[in-house]
Amino acid sequence: MSGEAWTFWIIAPLTVLGGLGLVLSRKAVHSALWLAVTMIGLAVLYIAQDAPFLGVVQVIVYTGAVMMLFLFVIMLVGVDASDSLVETLRGQRVAALLAGGGLAFVLVAAVTRATVGDPAGAEVIAPLGNVESLAELIFTDYVFAFMVTSALLVTAAVGALVLTLVPRVVPRRTQRELATERFRPADGDFSLAAGLPAPGVLARHNAVGTPGLLPDGTPSDLSLSRVLLARESLAEAAAAAGGTAGEVPAEEAPVQARVEAGVAGPDERPVDVSSRPGGGAEA
Amino acid sequence: MNPSNYLVLSALLFSIGAVGVLVRRNALVVFMCVELMLNASNLAFVTFARTTGTLDGQVTAFFVMVVAAAEVVVGLAIIMLIYRSRRSASVDDASLLRL
Repeated sequence: MSGEAWTFWIIAPLTVLGGLGLVLSRKAVHSALWLAVTMIGLAVLYIAQDAPFLGVVQVIVYTGAVMMLFLFVIMLVGVDASDSLVETLRGQRVAALLAGGGLAFVLVAAVTRATVGDPAGAEVIAPLGNVESLAELIFTDYVFAFMVTSALLVTAAVGALVLTLVPRVVPRRTQRELATERFRPADGDFSLAAGLPAPGVLARHNAVGTPGLLPDGTPSDLSLSRVLLARESLAEAAAAAGGTAGEVPAEEAPVQARVEAGVAGPDERPVDVSSRPGGGAEA
Repeated sequence: MNPSNYLVLSALLFSIGAVGVLVRRNALVVFMCVELMLNASNLAFVTFARTTGTLDGQVTAFFVMVVAAAEVVVGLAIIMLIYRSRRSASVDDASLLRL
Protein backbone atom coordinates (compact mmCIF):
# COMPACT_ATOMS: atom_id res chain seq x y z
CA MET A 1 0.00 0.00 0.00
CA SER A 2 1.15 3.50 -0.69
CA GLY A 3 1.60 6.07 2.02
CA GLU A 4 -1.62 7.75 1.01
CA ALA A 5 -3.55 4.48 1.30
CA TRP A 6 -2.13 3.91 4.78
CA THR A 7 -3.18 7.42 5.78
CA PHE A 8 -6.64 6.91 4.37
CA TRP A 9 -7.31 3.55 6.01
CA ILE A 10 -6.13 4.82 9.38
CA ILE A 11 -7.87 8.21 9.30
CA ALA A 12 -11.13 7.29 7.56
CA PRO A 13 -12.40 4.92 10.31
CA LEU A 14 -11.52 7.58 12.87
CA THR A 15 -13.58 10.21 11.06
CA VAL A 16 -16.54 7.84 10.78
CA LEU A 17 -16.14 7.03 14.48
CA GLY A 18 -16.17 10.75 15.24
CA GLY A 19 -19.35 11.19 13.23
CA LEU A 20 -21.07 8.30 15.00
CA GLY A 21 -19.95 9.66 18.36
CA LEU A 22 -21.38 13.07 17.43
CA VAL A 23 -24.78 11.54 16.75
CA LEU A 24 -24.79 9.04 19.60
CA SER A 25 -23.43 10.95 22.60
CA ARG A 26 -26.12 12.29 24.87
CA LYS A 27 -24.23 15.34 26.10
CA ALA A 28 -23.62 18.27 23.79
CA VAL A 29 -20.02 18.72 24.98
CA HIS A 30 -19.16 15.14 24.05
CA SER A 31 -20.75 15.68 20.65
CA ALA A 32 -18.60 18.76 20.10
CA LEU A 33 -15.42 16.87 20.98
CA TRP A 34 -16.32 14.00 18.63
CA LEU A 35 -16.95 16.53 15.88
CA ALA A 36 -13.48 17.98 16.50
CA VAL A 37 -12.03 14.49 15.96
CA THR A 38 -13.82 14.25 12.63
CA MET A 39 -12.69 17.69 11.52
CA ILE A 40 -9.03 17.07 12.32
CA GLY A 41 -9.22 13.74 10.47
CA LEU A 42 -10.68 15.52 7.45
CA ALA A 43 -7.86 18.07 7.60
CA VAL A 44 -5.35 15.24 7.38
CA LEU A 45 -7.23 13.81 4.40
CA TYR A 46 -7.17 17.21 2.66
CA ILE A 47 -3.43 17.39 3.09
CA ALA A 48 -3.09 13.84 1.80
CA GLN A 49 -5.03 14.92 -1.29
CA ASP A 50 -2.62 17.72 -2.26
CA ALA A 51 -4.70 20.45 -0.66
CA PRO A 52 -2.40 21.66 2.14
CA PHE A 53 -3.95 25.14 2.26
CA LEU A 54 -7.44 23.74 2.83
CA GLY A 55 -6.09 21.35 5.46
CA VAL A 56 -4.55 24.19 7.44
CA VAL A 57 -7.66 26.34 7.02
CA GLN A 58 -9.75 23.41 8.20
CA VAL A 59 -7.74 23.16 11.41
CA ILE A 60 -7.65 26.90 12.03
CA VAL A 61 -11.18 27.89 11.03
CA TYR A 62 -13.21 24.79 11.86
CA THR A 63 -11.41 23.07 14.70
CA GLY A 64 -10.11 26.32 16.10
CA ALA A 65 -12.73 29.01 15.64
CA VAL A 66 -16.03 27.29 14.91
CA MET A 67 -15.66 24.54 17.50
CA MET A 68 -14.59 27.05 20.15
CA LEU A 69 -17.69 29.09 19.32
CA PHE A 70 -19.78 25.96 19.74
CA LEU A 71 -18.17 25.15 23.07
CA PHE A 72 -18.72 28.71 24.30
CA VAL A 73 -22.42 28.55 23.45
CA ILE A 74 -22.71 25.08 25.02
CA MET A 75 -21.22 26.47 28.22
CA LEU A 76 -23.65 29.40 28.11
CA VAL A 77 -26.72 27.29 27.34
CA GLY A 78 -25.97 24.68 29.98
CA VAL A 79 -23.41 21.93 29.88
CA ASP A 80 -25.30 19.32 31.84
CA ALA A 81 -28.46 19.46 29.74
CA SER A 82 -28.60 16.10 28.01
CA ASP A 83 -31.21 14.95 25.55
CA SER A 84 -34.15 12.97 26.81
CA LEU A 85 -34.56 9.61 25.16
CA VAL A 86 -38.34 9.90 24.87
CA GLU A 87 -39.53 10.01 21.29
CA THR A 88 -41.96 12.82 20.63
CA LEU A 89 -43.02 11.39 17.28
CA ARG A 90 -43.64 7.67 17.24
CA GLY A 91 -41.29 5.71 15.02
CA GLN A 92 -39.34 8.84 14.09
CA ARG A 93 -36.01 7.34 15.06
CA VAL A 94 -36.54 4.20 12.96
CA ALA A 95 -37.74 6.27 10.03
CA ALA A 96 -34.72 8.56 10.33
CA LEU A 97 -32.36 5.59 10.42
CA LEU A 98 -34.06 4.10 7.37
CA ALA A 99 -33.83 7.41 5.52
CA GLY A 100 -30.17 7.84 6.44
CA GLY A 101 -29.34 4.28 5.47
CA GLY A 102 -31.14 4.73 2.17
CA LEU A 103 -29.30 7.97 1.52
CA ALA A 104 -25.97 6.32 2.26
CA PHE A 105 -26.86 3.37 0.03
CA VAL A 106 -27.87 5.57 -2.91
CA LEU A 107 -24.84 7.84 -2.59
CA VAL A 108 -22.36 5.01 -2.19
CA ALA A 109 -23.90 3.07 -5.08
CA ALA A 110 -23.72 6.12 -7.33
CA VAL A 111 -20.14 6.87 -6.33
CA THR A 112 -18.83 3.33 -6.72
CA ARG A 113 -20.52 2.81 -10.10
CA ALA A 114 -19.28 6.09 -11.51
CA THR A 115 -16.04 6.22 -13.46
CA VAL A 116 -13.65 8.44 -11.62
CA GLY A 117 -10.53 9.54 -13.41
CA ASP A 118 -7.09 8.81 -12.07
CA PRO A 119 -5.91 11.41 -9.59
CA ALA A 120 -3.79 14.13 -11.08
CA GLY A 121 -0.51 14.96 -9.38
CA ALA A 122 -0.05 18.10 -7.33
CA GLU A 123 2.18 19.68 -10.00
CA VAL A 124 -0.57 19.29 -12.61
CA ILE A 125 -3.30 20.78 -10.43
CA ALA A 126 -1.24 23.59 -8.98
CA PRO A 127 1.82 24.32 -11.09
CA LEU A 128 2.79 27.39 -9.04
CA GLY A 129 2.38 25.66 -5.72
CA ASN A 130 -0.90 25.14 -3.89
CA VAL A 131 -1.27 28.51 -2.17
CA GLU A 132 -0.07 30.54 -5.17
CA SER A 133 -2.35 28.74 -7.62
CA LEU A 134 -5.34 29.07 -5.29
CA ALA A 135 -4.62 32.77 -4.86
CA GLU A 136 -4.40 33.26 -8.62
CA LEU A 137 -7.75 31.53 -9.11
CA ILE A 138 -9.51 33.33 -6.25
CA PHE A 139 -8.34 36.78 -7.34
CA THR A 140 -9.09 36.32 -11.04
CA ASP A 141 -11.91 33.94 -11.92
CA TYR A 142 -13.60 33.96 -8.53
CA VAL A 143 -12.97 37.56 -7.52
CA PHE A 144 -16.66 38.51 -7.61
CA ALA A 145 -17.62 35.57 -5.38
CA PHE A 146 -14.78 36.54 -3.09
CA MET A 147 -16.08 40.09 -2.72
CA VAL A 148 -19.65 38.89 -2.16
CA THR A 149 -18.23 36.66 0.55
CA SER A 150 -16.78 39.65 2.35
CA ALA A 151 -20.20 41.32 2.30
CA LEU A 152 -21.67 38.10 3.69
CA LEU A 153 -19.19 38.03 6.56
CA VAL A 154 -19.89 41.65 7.49
CA THR A 155 -23.63 40.95 7.37
CA ALA A 156 -23.20 37.89 9.58
CA ALA A 157 -21.19 39.82 12.16
CA VAL A 158 -23.71 42.67 12.28
CA GLY A 159 -26.58 40.17 12.37
CA ALA A 160 -25.10 38.35 15.35
CA LEU A 161 -24.63 41.66 17.15
CA VAL A 162 -28.21 42.71 16.47
CA LEU A 163 -29.65 39.35 17.47
CA THR A 164 -27.84 39.08 20.77
CA LEU A 165 -28.16 42.75 21.74
CA VAL A 166 -30.00 43.28 25.01
CA PRO A 167 -31.50 46.77 25.09
CA ARG A 168 -31.04 48.53 28.43
CA VAL A 169 -34.45 49.15 29.99
CA VAL A 170 -33.28 51.28 32.91
CA PRO A 171 -30.60 53.94 32.31
CA ARG A 172 -27.24 53.10 33.84
CA ARG A 173 -26.71 54.78 37.21
CA THR A 174 -23.73 57.09 37.24
CA GLN A 175 -21.05 57.08 39.90
CA ARG A 176 -22.29 60.44 41.20
CA GLU A 177 -25.79 59.04 41.72
CA LEU A 178 -24.41 56.02 43.53
CA ALA A 179 -22.30 58.21 45.84
CA THR A 180 -25.25 60.50 46.57
CA GLU A 181 -27.40 57.52 47.41
CA ARG A 182 -24.76 56.23 49.81
CA PHE A 183 -23.88 59.41 51.72
CA ARG A 184 -27.22 61.22 51.48
CA PRO A 185 -29.68 58.34 51.79
CA ALA A 186 -33.37 59.12 51.41
CA ASP A 187 -34.30 57.19 54.56
CA GLY A 188 -31.49 58.71 56.65
CA ASP A 189 -29.89 55.32 57.30
CA PHE A 190 -26.13 55.81 57.31
CA SER A 191 -25.27 52.28 58.40
CA LEU A 192 -23.90 51.37 54.98
CA ALA A 193 -21.97 54.59 54.36
CA ALA A 194 -18.68 52.90 55.25
CA GLY A 195 -19.39 50.01 52.92
CA LEU A 196 -20.80 46.56 53.42
CA PRO A 197 -19.38 44.37 56.22
CA ALA A 198 -16.51 42.13 55.18
CA PRO A 199 -17.17 38.40 54.82
CA GLY A 200 -15.84 35.91 57.33
CA VAL A 201 -13.31 34.45 54.93
CA LEU A 202 -10.00 33.57 56.69
CA ALA A 203 -11.25 35.00 59.98
CA ARG A 204 -13.35 31.96 60.74
CA HIS A 205 -13.02 29.64 57.77
CA ASN A 206 -11.50 29.79 54.33
CA ALA A 207 -14.76 29.21 52.42
CA VAL A 208 -16.07 32.26 50.60
CA GLY A 209 -19.59 31.42 51.76
CA THR A 210 -18.79 32.08 55.43
CA PRO A 211 -20.69 35.14 56.68
CA GLY A 212 -18.87 37.71 58.75
CA LEU A 213 -19.82 38.24 62.39
CA LEU A 214 -21.29 41.54 63.50
CA PRO A 215 -20.02 43.05 66.83
CA ASP A 216 -22.87 41.36 68.68
CA GLY A 217 -21.83 37.98 67.30
CA THR A 218 -24.63 37.42 64.84
CA PRO A 219 -23.74 36.46 61.25
CA SER A 220 -24.49 39.17 58.72
CA ASP A 221 -26.11 38.30 55.41
CA LEU A 222 -24.91 41.64 54.04
CA SER A 223 -21.33 40.38 54.17
CA LEU A 224 -22.02 37.76 51.50
CA SER A 225 -22.32 38.18 47.76
CA ARG A 226 -25.91 38.10 46.57
CA VAL A 227 -24.90 35.46 44.04
CA LEU A 228 -23.77 33.16 46.85
CA LEU A 229 -26.97 33.78 48.78
CA ALA A 230 -29.02 32.87 45.76
CA ARG A 231 -27.06 29.67 45.27
CA GLU A 232 -27.88 26.64 47.30
CA SER A 233 -24.19 25.93 47.70
CA LEU A 234 -24.23 28.31 50.66
CA ALA A 235 -25.80 25.59 52.77
CA GLU A 236 -23.09 23.20 51.67
CA ALA A 237 -20.40 25.75 52.57
CA ALA A 238 -21.91 26.12 56.04
CA ALA A 239 -21.93 22.35 56.44
CA ALA A 240 -18.31 22.19 55.32
CA ALA A 241 -17.40 24.91 57.83
CA GLY A 242 -18.94 22.86 60.61
CA GLY A 243 -17.14 19.72 59.53
CA THR A 244 -13.63 21.07 59.09
CA ALA A 245 -13.36 23.91 61.61
CA GLY A 246 -11.47 21.71 64.03
CA GLU A 247 -8.53 21.63 61.58
CA VAL A 248 -7.88 25.37 61.68
CA PRO A 249 -4.16 26.12 61.23
CA ALA A 250 -2.27 27.33 64.26
CA GLU A 251 -1.92 30.97 63.20
CA GLU A 252 -5.65 31.26 62.58
CA ALA A 253 -6.71 29.67 65.82
CA PRO A 254 -6.18 32.71 68.13
CA VAL A 255 -8.27 34.92 65.84
CA GLN A 256 -11.04 32.39 65.85
CA ALA A 257 -10.84 31.89 69.60
CA ARG A 258 -11.06 35.64 70.15
CA VAL A 259 -14.04 35.96 67.85
CA GLU A 260 -15.91 33.10 69.41
CA ALA A 261 -14.93 33.37 73.08
CA GLY A 262 -14.62 37.13 73.46
CA VAL A 263 -17.40 38.45 71.32
CA ALA A 264 -20.00 35.79 70.85
CA GLY A 265 -21.65 34.43 73.94
CA PRO A 266 -22.47 30.74 74.18
CA ASP A 267 -26.17 31.29 73.63
CA GLU A 268 -26.00 33.62 70.62
CA ARG A 269 -23.58 31.78 68.39
CA PRO A 270 -24.02 31.58 64.64
CA VAL A 271 -25.63 28.41 63.42
CA ASP A 272 -22.64 26.93 61.70
CA VAL A 273 -20.45 27.26 64.81
CA SER A 274 -22.87 25.89 67.37
CA SER A 275 -23.68 22.89 65.21
CA ARG A 276 -20.04 21.82 65.39
CA PRO A 277 -19.35 18.88 67.67
CA GLY A 278 -17.05 19.61 70.59
CA GLY A 279 -16.33 23.29 69.94
CA GLY A 280 -12.97 22.96 68.13
CA ALA A 281 -10.66 25.92 68.76
CA GLU A 282 -12.27 26.97 72.00
CA ALA A 283 -11.11 23.91 73.84
CA MET B 1 -5.22 4.86 -4.55
CA ASN B 2 -8.68 4.94 -6.06
CA PRO B 3 -10.21 8.38 -5.32
CA SER B 4 -13.70 6.90 -5.04
CA ASN B 5 -12.71 5.72 -1.55
CA TYR B 6 -12.75 9.35 -0.50
CA LEU B 7 -16.14 9.81 -2.11
CA VAL B 8 -17.54 6.81 -0.24
CA LEU B 9 -16.21 8.23 3.03
CA SER B 10 -17.77 11.58 2.16
CA ALA B 11 -21.13 9.91 1.44
CA LEU B 12 -21.00 8.02 4.75
CA LEU B 13 -20.23 11.17 6.74
CA PHE B 14 -23.00 13.06 4.94
CA SER B 15 -25.52 10.33 5.78
CA ILE B 16 -24.43 10.23 9.42
CA GLY B 17 -24.90 13.98 9.59
CA ALA B 18 -28.34 13.71 8.00
CA VAL B 19 -29.42 11.05 10.50
CA GLY B 20 -28.17 13.26 13.32
CA VAL B 21 -30.19 16.22 12.05
CA LEU B 22 -33.30 14.03 11.97
CA VAL B 23 -32.79 12.25 15.28
CA ARG B 24 -31.24 14.71 17.71
CA ARG B 25 -33.39 17.17 19.66
CA ASN B 26 -30.80 19.59 21.04
CA ALA B 27 -30.52 22.53 18.62
CA LEU B 28 -26.76 22.76 19.16
CA VAL B 29 -26.20 19.11 18.27
CA VAL B 30 -28.44 19.48 15.21
CA PHE B 31 -26.30 22.41 14.19
CA MET B 32 -23.12 20.38 14.67
CA CYS B 33 -24.57 17.65 12.45
CA VAL B 34 -25.15 20.27 9.75
CA GLU B 35 -21.49 21.20 10.09
CA LEU B 36 -20.58 17.54 9.62
CA MET B 37 -22.61 17.45 6.39
CA LEU B 38 -20.83 20.58 5.14
CA ASN B 39 -17.47 19.00 5.92
CA ALA B 40 -18.42 15.84 4.07
CA SER B 41 -19.33 17.85 0.99
CA ASN B 42 -16.00 19.68 1.28
CA LEU B 43 -14.19 16.36 1.17
CA ALA B 44 -16.07 15.49 -2.01
CA PHE B 45 -15.12 18.85 -3.53
CA VAL B 46 -11.45 18.36 -2.77
CA THR B 47 -11.55 14.84 -4.23
CA PHE B 48 -13.24 16.08 -7.39
CA ALA B 49 -10.63 18.82 -7.72
CA ARG B 50 -7.99 16.09 -7.70
CA THR B 51 -9.72 13.79 -10.20
CA THR B 52 -10.52 16.56 -12.66
CA GLY B 53 -7.02 18.00 -12.43
CA THR B 54 -8.18 21.54 -11.69
CA LEU B 55 -8.22 23.70 -8.60
CA ASP B 56 -11.84 24.84 -8.86
CA GLY B 57 -13.03 22.20 -6.41
CA GLN B 58 -10.61 23.44 -3.79
CA VAL B 59 -11.75 27.03 -4.33
CA THR B 60 -15.36 25.91 -3.92
CA ALA B 61 -14.48 24.08 -0.69
CA PHE B 62 -12.81 27.27 0.51
CA PHE B 63 -15.97 29.29 -0.15
CA VAL B 64 -18.07 26.63 1.57
CA MET B 65 -15.87 27.05 4.65
CA VAL B 66 -16.37 30.82 4.64
CA VAL B 67 -20.13 30.52 4.26
CA ALA B 68 -20.20 27.89 7.02
CA ALA B 69 -18.35 30.23 9.36
CA ALA B 70 -20.87 33.02 8.71
CA GLU B 71 -23.73 30.56 9.13
CA VAL B 72 -22.39 29.35 12.47
CA VAL B 73 -22.20 32.91 13.80
CA VAL B 74 -25.80 33.76 12.92
CA GLY B 75 -27.15 30.32 13.85
CA LEU B 76 -25.56 30.33 17.29
CA ALA B 77 -26.88 33.85 17.89
CA ILE B 78 -30.39 32.62 17.06
CA ILE B 79 -29.97 29.61 19.38
CA MET B 80 -28.83 31.96 22.15
CA LEU B 81 -31.87 34.16 21.53
CA ILE B 82 -34.25 31.20 21.70
CA TYR B 83 -32.54 29.89 24.81
CA ARG B 84 -32.75 33.27 26.49
CA SER B 85 -36.50 33.54 25.98
CA ARG B 86 -37.47 29.88 26.46
CA ARG B 87 -34.72 28.53 28.77
CA SER B 88 -34.40 25.51 26.51
CA ALA B 89 -32.34 24.63 23.46
CA SER B 90 -34.62 21.83 22.33
CA VAL B 91 -35.97 22.09 18.81
CA ASP B 92 -39.24 20.50 19.93
CA ASP B 93 -40.05 23.42 22.20
CA ALA B 94 -39.62 26.05 19.50
CA SER B 95 -42.50 24.88 17.34
CA LEU B 96 -44.75 27.93 17.22
CA LEU B 97 -42.79 30.44 15.09
CA ARG B 98 -43.23 32.88 17.96
CA LEU B 99 -41.92 33.27 21.47
